[in-house]
Amino acid sequence: MSVSISAPLEVRGLTKYFPAGTNLPGRPTSSVHAVDDVTFALRPGTVTALVGESGSGKSTVARLLLRLYDPTAGTILHDGANVTSERGKKALLAYRSQVQMIFQDPFGSLNPVKTVRHHLARPLRIHGLAHGDDVEARVLALLHQVGLNPPEKYADKYPHELSGGQRQRVAIARALAVEPKVLIADEPTSMLDVSIRIGILNLMVDLKQDHELAMLYVTHDLASARYVADTVLVMYAGQIVEQGPAERVLQSPLHPYTQLLLSSVPDPSAHERERIEIHKGLAAAAIDPKPGCRFVDRCPLRIEVCSHITPELVAARPGQSARCHVTAPSPQIREEIHVDSTH
Amino acid sequence: MTVAIQPRQDPVARETLIELRGLRIAYGDVVAVDGVDLTIGAGEILGLAGESGSGKTTIANGVMQILRPPAHILDGQILFRGDDLTAKNAEELRKFRWRNVSMVFQSAMNALNPVMRVGDQFVDMMRAHERISKRDALLRAGELLDLVGIDQRRVRAYPHELSGGMRQRVIIAMALALEPELMIMDEPTTALDVVVQREILQQVRDLQAEMGFAVLFITHDLSLLFEFAHRVAIMYAGEVVEEGPGLVLRDAARHPYTQGLIRSFPPLTGPLERLTGIAGAPPDLASPPAGCRFHPRCPYCVDESSTLHTLQTTVRPALRAVAPDHRVACHLVEQQG
Repeated sequence: MSVSISAPLEVRGLTKYFPAGTNLPGRPTSSVHAVDDVTFALRPGTVTALVGESGSGKSTVARLLLRLYDPTAGTILHDGANVTSERGKKALLAYRSQVQMIFQDPFGSLNPVKTVRHHLARPLRIHGLAHGDDVEARVLALLHQVGLNPPEKYADKYPHELSGGQRQRVAIARALAVEPKVLIADEPTSMLDVSIRIGILNLMVDLKQDHELAMLYVTHDLASARYVADTVLVMYAGQIVEQGPAERVLQSPLHPYTQLLLSSVPDPSAHERERIEIHKGLAAAAIDPKPGCRFVDRCPLRIEVCSHITPELVAARPGQSARCHVTAPSPQIREEIHVDSTH
Repeated sequence: MTVAIQPRQDPVARETLIELRGLRIAYGDVVAVDGVDLTIGAGEILGLAGESGSGKTTIANGVMQILRPPAHILDGQILFRGDDLTAKNAEELRKFRWRNVSMVFQSAMNALNPVMRVGDQFVDMMRAHERISKRDALLRAGELLDLVGIDQRRVRAYPHELSGGMRQRVIIAMALALEPELMIMDEPTTALDVVVQREILQQVRDLQAEMGFAVLFITHDLSLLFEFAHRVAIMYAGEVVEEGPGLVLRDAARHPYTQGLIRSFPPLTGPLERLTGIAGAPPDLASPPAGCRFHPRCPYCVDESSTLHTLQTTVRPALRAVAPDHRVACHLVEQQG
């Protein structure tokens, strides 16, 4: 990854362990490796999709980026500056004015006793972005931007008077109020009705283009990731197992887990395509993982080396890398397999 | 084992198991299900799709006869093998539920008692419905778990020791315990991951083919139904607007709402273009639009001077057959013939 142009947000070797099991004296404490050595950069004007099943660690990544958790290891770079250990109230406020979040539940993220106007005016005042009459003008402009027209009509409404899709649009407008450079959206459409979802996805695409926003779209919905994202990161058991341009990862995946995910999606337009074999199992949380590939128990392609050497992310195709000894072997592994087979 | 859930053409004429006739169900003054005619054949998988508030779950609760005030049936009949369920008393219904029709809810996996072993919960349920010894019931519980792909020994497990997918399988096993003729599944896999969802649906389909029960499958995920159901009915604002075999709806949907729903799912393969979805939002059922309830969102309801527009805004369209097994409620389709 190039370091010359600093990305608005970049993480290197991001790692988060949570304690698991007992803390009884005499017993070793085990830990869940929720996020393990995750590296990526969010670029202006692009959407990066972070996909995976529940428990894969994708929401933990989002929370780490928002500085809601402290990482166990690794660094978070904001415009090239290390903010991993920033703790001061001022520094965090400055960071959060640049990195905003949209949550999954538009019903829980708005205050039921406050109007839409209040929700949008508050961040403007807190971050000192508008004063006096400017506040009202900004509020109306924001509502217009997210497609709530006429804005005057929506500004006076309370959350309960809005539909789910409209509430999510208010939440997006609130995130945009502070003119952030980075927007993190954690499953923003999963609680919305089908006919409403596409509107929110279209809004995300438009915002990315109009505002040069760097967006992280956290989702389990691969089809929507393909629709909005330029880059896709696939997470499994805390690790990124595949990454690359969205179209490449989703049309010709390298990692068997990506293949499994893709073949599981109901897709009426592709009945006849071949589905890969499923090995029963779950994306188990990585509790004190041993060396070796974390997907090995479910993998149809596994070879001997998979159960004792952890695969690295290897660029097997231009821009597309995977953690797999079979489809993306590193030179060392290739050598080792070769030596094995000659014996 | 490959996991293709092939769409199934269904040539057999089926004996009617459930028939809804002009069913109207209201919550207080709000009519949530407004004049629904629908049949489910023995051994058939009927998919019921629509957005939240369209009345899908209300229909399911009606068939199961578990509507609670303020919900009540205003009008119409729910016939089970010709027997009107709305006329049955509480004791008759108690016997009917679970034995004839069972139900798997969306959050069913949370319905298990957390402080009771899974096996004991099977025993309780079975002994409430039939004379069976504890030992036999427990044996049967093991067999049922086996059927849904869970190790028999898990009868001794507590719910928290099972994953979400496994708990949902336990509920499905319970729903099958008395070998009902109809299993209602209301968003049974919505809370689960795609991989687990596919495994469970595959299993239900296999069991269904083997045991021959019918399924009323409720979801908002149309693409899932096209793969899974024999026949699909689309609901909008309390009405069925289109109904037909899954593949026919997939390839040749006639109702503008169905077409819009299909256009709301970004494709995973093939060309990618900007989707429009459906403008606007579903209506407030306390005051539904006059005429066709979809008309305020309909892309074909524009020319205000036309007679079609007058029809669309004043007359409720009836479900009409456009092919022997394909029905649509739309003035435009009617005009086109």
